[in-house]
Amino acid sequence: MSLYPVNKPVTDVAIDTGIARLTTEQIERTVQRVLTKECSARLQVFLDTCVHCGLCAEACHSYLSRDKDPRYAPVAKVKDTLWELVERKGRVEPESIRRMAEIAFVECGVCRRCSMYCPFGIDIAYLIMTVRRICNLLGVVPQYLQDTTNSHAVTLNQMWVHEDEWIDTVQWQEDEAITEVTAARIPLEKEGADVMYSVIAPEPKILAQLINNMALIMRVAGIDWTMPATDGWDNSNMAMYSGDFEVMGRVEKLHWETAQRLKVKRVVMGECGHAFRGAVYDGPRWLAWRQAPVTMVHAIDFYYELIKSGRIKIKQKYEPPVTLQDPCNTVRGMGLGKKVRYVVGAMCENFADMQPNYEHNYCCNAGGGLINCGPPWKHSRMLSNRVKAEQLAATGAEICITPCHNCHSGIEDVIGFYDLGMHTKFISEILVECMEIPEAMKA
Amino acid sequence: MSRNGNWDWTPGRKPLADVAGLRQQYRELLEMLPSPDGERFAALVVGEDGRMTAVVNGESWPETYERLWYLRFSAQGKLAGLAMNDYAWTVAVDGRTWDETFEFVWDPRFTADGLGIAALIKQDNRYAVALNGQPWPQLYDMVRDYCVSGDGERAAATVQVEPRKEADVEGFFAGTWSLAEQGERWDEKFINIWEPIYDATGRHIAAQVRTDIADYTIAVDGKVWDRLFGCVWRPCFRPDGGAVIAPVRTDGNWTLAADGEVIWPGRYAQLWQQRFSADGQRLAAVVATDFGRWTVAVDDRPWRRTFGEMVTAPTFVGDGKHIAAAVKDHDRWSIAVDGEAWDNDFDMVWEPVTQPGGSHVAVKAERGGRYLLVIDGRQVGPDYEMLWPHCFAPDGQSVLLRTVQDGKYVREVVPLAQLLG
Ligand code: SF4
Ligand code: SF4
Repeated sequence: MSLYPVNKPVTDVAIDTGIARLTTEQIERTVQRVLTKECSARLQVFLDTCVHCGLCAEACHSYLSRDKDPRYAPVAKVKDTLWELVERKGRVEPESIRRMAEIAFVECGVCRRCSMYCPFGIDIAYLIMTVRRICNLLGVVPQYLQDTTNSHAVTLNQMWVHEDEWIDTVQWQEDEAITEVTAARIPLEKEGADVMYSVIAPEPKILAQLINNMALIMRVAGIDWTMPATDGWDNSNMAMYSGDFEVMGRVEKLHWETAQRLKVKRVVMGECGHAFRGAVYDGPRWLAWRQAPVTMVHAIDFYYELIKSGRIKIKQKYEPPVTLQDPCNTVRGMGLGKKVRYVVGAMCENFADMQPNYEHNYCCNAGGGLINCGPPWKHSRMLSNRVKAEQLAATGAEICITPCHNCHSGIEDVIGFYDLGMHTKFISEILVECMEIPEAMKA
Repeated sequence: MSRNGNWDWTPGRKPLADVAGLRQQYRELLEMLPSPDGERFAALVVGEDGRMTAVVNGESWPETYERLWYLRFSAQGKLAGLAMNDYAWTVAVDGRTWDETFEFVWDPRFTADGLGIAALIKQDNRYAVALNGQPWPQLYDMVRDYCVSGDGERAAATVQVEPRKEADVEGFFAGTWSLAEQGERWDEKFINIWEPIYDATGRHIAAQVRTDIADYTIAVDGKVWDRLFGCVWRPCFRPDGGAVIAPVRTDGNWTLAADGEVIWPGRYAQLWQQRFSADGQRLAAVVATDFGRWTVAVDDRPWRRTFGEMVTAPTFVGDGKHIAAAVKDHDRWSIAVDGEAWDNDFDMVWEPVTQPGGSHVAVKAERGGRYLLVIDGRQVGPDYEMLWPHCFAPDGQSVLLRTVQDGKYVREVVPLAQLLG
């Protein structure tokens, strides 16, 4: 009997069919292509520098959640994937690729926590992303993640939202918003506005209320803003995580071209972490931009600016006890930990921080493309985040604030699986409840 | 004669609409825009009953709508918008709606002659292009990028030709997309197909296609180039017909290819937005000469000066000798002509407008929330509450300005000599 928590057997039809088609020659050719033509020198430096000390192990939520099963240590994940591919110069059997794909797509959320604990700062996530790139070119990507990428390739958004559905949803949310606040319009295609607001596809598809929330916030704060009525409104990028950099680049190119077409000064993006990474780092860099070509402001930063400047005032603080998930890409990735706590502190009466927190907080284990791997892998995803359940339970909170779509869904899953009796909320959901709406604006 | 030859080019100011008054008269003023000749000023307004309509030079359209949006003037001055009553959408043109209504209509575009209108439509959950209200005979599960022939007679669009089953990766990579012209589809199917374009004759269509996970090329009239690339961007036809030119990625770098053959020896970190000169003799494109260094390459020779953030599509100046582009560096916008940036910089600049037959470059720019006209790098005239893109008279000697000043919409023709002082 295994000492460690055991995954349910998983069938992933896309991985199965991908593996069945593979030849060893194809694997070798693809690995060589990626290692020699696509990777920078830092890959070899990372591999040569690692002294196998295992200090990174304690950093990884999957290792900790699985009772320190050594197979889940970051260094082991690299050893079982990239090291093997490099050492064997890509001469591995198709079945080996199956295990590598599972590790790269399902057992590592490329959250970068481990890099903080490695004495050499080795970027394990980059190494794992390289494995994903190889798997993508081999056609071995989990079914639901690949489907998300296919949606990006066709619709330039991640949930197959048609253009008419997008416009219709935005206008419907505007209709809702003006019933609460007068003139709470969502100006579509307003050339020359100060701000373009971009979101990720789950908003129009399943969480349309969030667009309404932003219409209220923008109106009360008096922001000159717009949203596109064309493709380019979605800032998310699961192609980045499935290793399809060409589709990733196409999505980001359109997003930034749309901002430029609308002549906005900056793009404010909704509460999402990976989208920030895709739109500000990985996407632009693949396209040869050093940084995002138009200033991009994350929702956390935007709310901070609105509250700090007094453009949004808090009328009555939110009372139920809350805690906060630090999204990896915005807190560890870009240091918004203090600002998000300022916003939470301004809105909420009872805040209990998680431990550890800020950049040391554990990943939600849903970002990095994990939750997009879909139902087949959910059980494994839950086993790999028991530490999150323990962190959450220790706060005594009723609500976990999750300023990121992946955190929002992923933590709700953890709450359900470990029966914690809490819920997740976005910042905007609390903000619209407690902000002051001037009498004259009330509909 | 060019299309603006019969406009009133007599120098002088004409205040034509009271914007501040409109704001008071209606519950909301949502959009405003002048006609290209500046003679008419349209406002999209919401009445006290919450219904929307358009007001042109103070006169309201006869109908009101539950929703009206996306007002646009054609080059000939027709005003069109997307209109909805009782959940039925249509296009309203100068106050009259198409006879046909649809579940949804969007992305309307005037034909090149400004007389017809194409749009995407949805009916019974199926999609097509409609030209002047007439949808294609064949509708599809999904229709996305479209284009209209220069004569306004035909439209082509990317169409989904196989049903999409949920999370069907296998089926997707077998190819579910194609292109349809007037509803009739190509036989070929692709994994993806994007942004079709017509040539000047309207007889040929080119589009970007994807034939495998990381194999991209161009399809022309349904036939793909012999060579595959790591990625491609939007192609263009040579203005004199014939070759299709597209940015292509090969071995991790970008260059230009014509009909599948690489034509520029230069390799770039990025390349897009290629544009031909009017005579088809020169070809310019936006390039990144290195990571994070942007400029324009003309016939494969990049300008010496590069910019850190962005360079927009090159514009050939009226005399055919110079090339201008908007450039962004250190978060400030300016204009570069032949690689030399203007001394002045701005919060935002619009596309360069060039003097017919001459060398002047005039740009709408924004600074501190006010709009200005900048010619050859120097602000001319005052700054405005609002300024729409200007245009030169056919003889290049005066400029039409459409502005909002002190709450009034003003049409103004100013001799160039006066502007340049
Ligand atoms: S999940 Fe995070 S901590 Fe664990 S190996 Fe991957 S990047 Fe490192
Ligand atoms: S901490 Fe760094 S050096 Fe040590 S095993 Fe992990 S990656 Fe290697």
